[in-house]
Amino acid sequence: MSLIKVTIDNIEVEVEPGTTILNAARKIGGAVVPPTMCYYSKLEGSGGKCRSCLVKVAQGSTKDPRPMPKLVASCRTAVMDGMVVQNITSPEVMENRRAITEFLLLNHPLDCPVCDQAGECHLQDLSYEHGLVDTETVEERRTFAPIDIGDKIKLHMNRCILCYRCVMVANQLTDQRVHGVLGRGDHSEISTFITRAIDNDFSGNMIDVCPVGALTDKTFRFKSRVWFTKPFDAHRDCPKCSGKVVLWKKGDEILRVTGRKDKYGELEDFICNDCRFEHKENSDWVIEGPRKIERHSVISQNHYETEVRNRSNQSQ
Amino acid sequence: MQALTNRSKMVSNKQMTFMERIYLPAIFKGMSITLKHFFKKKATISYPEQTREFSKIYRGRHVLKRDEEGRERCTACGLCAVSCPAEAITMIAAERKPGEEHLYREEKYAEVYEINMLRCIFCGDCEEACPKEAIFLTDRIVKSDYERLPFVYGKSLLVEPLDPNLRIDISGRQTKNVLNFKQNKRFAHNR
Repeated sequence: MSLIKVTIDNIEVEVEPGTTILNAARKIGGAVVPPTMCYYSKLEGSGGKCRSCLVKVAQGSTKDPRPMPKLVASCRTAVMDGMVVQNITSPEVMENRRAITEFLLLNHPLDCPVCDQAGECHLQDLSYEHGLVDTETVEERRTFAPIDIGDKIKLHMNRCILCYRCVMVANQLTDQRVHGVLGRGDHSEISTFITRAIDNDFSGNMIDVCPVGALTDKTFRFKSRVWFTKPFDAHRDCPKCSGKVVLWKKGDEILRVTGRKDKYGELEDFICNDCRFEHKENSDWVIEGPRKIERHSVISQNHYETEVRNRSNQSQ
Repeated sequence: MQALTNRSKMVSNKQMTFMERIYLPAIFKGMSITLKHFFKKKATISYPEQTREFSKIYRGRHVLKRDEEGRERCTACGLCAVSCPAEAITMIAAERKPGEEHLYREEKYAEVYEINMLRCIFCGDCEEACPKEAIFLTDRIVKSDYERLPFVYGKSLLVEPLDPNLRIDISGRQTKNVLNFKQNKRFAHNR
């Protein structure tokens, strides 16, 4: 099959037919990649819910050069030959994204100082880039008490943006899903069936796929803010999963174990609960080295990837 | 020999005159300067009894404020510690248990909160970073000591007393603009 040409923000890229606009933009990389809150490349059928990746299609294809009448969700729209897409070059898209951010924050509490996700939260990043300091709504936010779903996972329904990622992870990783979205519209909420607890071996991945702080690790709860911990790549022989993880250490103590996330915040490998919750001794792991953290992330505070040497040693 | 800088002075071995040799004029000149200072206003004060007037926005010893109901405002978010250029602040967070709602305002609180006053440079960045209006610098000063350890201030020294009469007033530190901003209900965090 021949490759087709797409232009995104005046950058031309050749992709295979059937690729979504988002993945074509990710092939270019950099600032033209639309933000995603619900799309997850490792999960089938994800995307199309949060609307934060909306882009403008200025020209549908070479054969039919009419623009698309509305902004389209880039994670769900396949590219056509000769398509011209505008993302950050279109003021309409940016204005829309600002409004979407406001929508996502409609019921989101302002508890980042308390939330364990702060510092690695996608909604925090999105609202930092596009959000406003104030909100136009005067209505009460809906509130829920935080509950334990499973003995290692805490659910703060207040913070949930209903991206459905955790539901898909349970559907596609396991054969028994015991949680889901109950209710409709404004009443929808993530919950388990009555008195059912999530005890699957891979349930911990719900924490990693959650873009906000709705699902958090109970073993790490309030232990430390993420920017005070130092991430290290490590692995171990695990019979259930790949065993490739990131250890979040403070001093010599392992506070948290998570999967390895790529630059879009998506897991490279799903890891099992044994690795995530049960192995927090240094002797359990083979440490490969410090994890690369993007320079502008708050986690990179006091974070040195390479050995610090003075210049006279370096020249030798 | 060529001089290395133009600041060097040549030493001369010239003979002193008679007036210079008897030294008395120079001594009287010096004594008169000393005597003049007896009648001038003193530059020092006798400190513990007397104190100088402090600026309203003096950046002295920190206080961790309580809210109107006497609950601790600090939620151990760590923004003060991350903004601190001297890395003087450390904290350990804990979860509020049911029944402690009258003590702590949020579901998380600082179990241990320490400021190393020897490290602190009193820049006020922690106050600026605080999202909960918990930490403020006051017009009080850090007491001197002979040891180093007493300079690590824990919560017992930092949190203001519960007694409403002993509360520490920091309203002088807040400018008109800041107070206006805080009263504006349009901003989400003021609700």
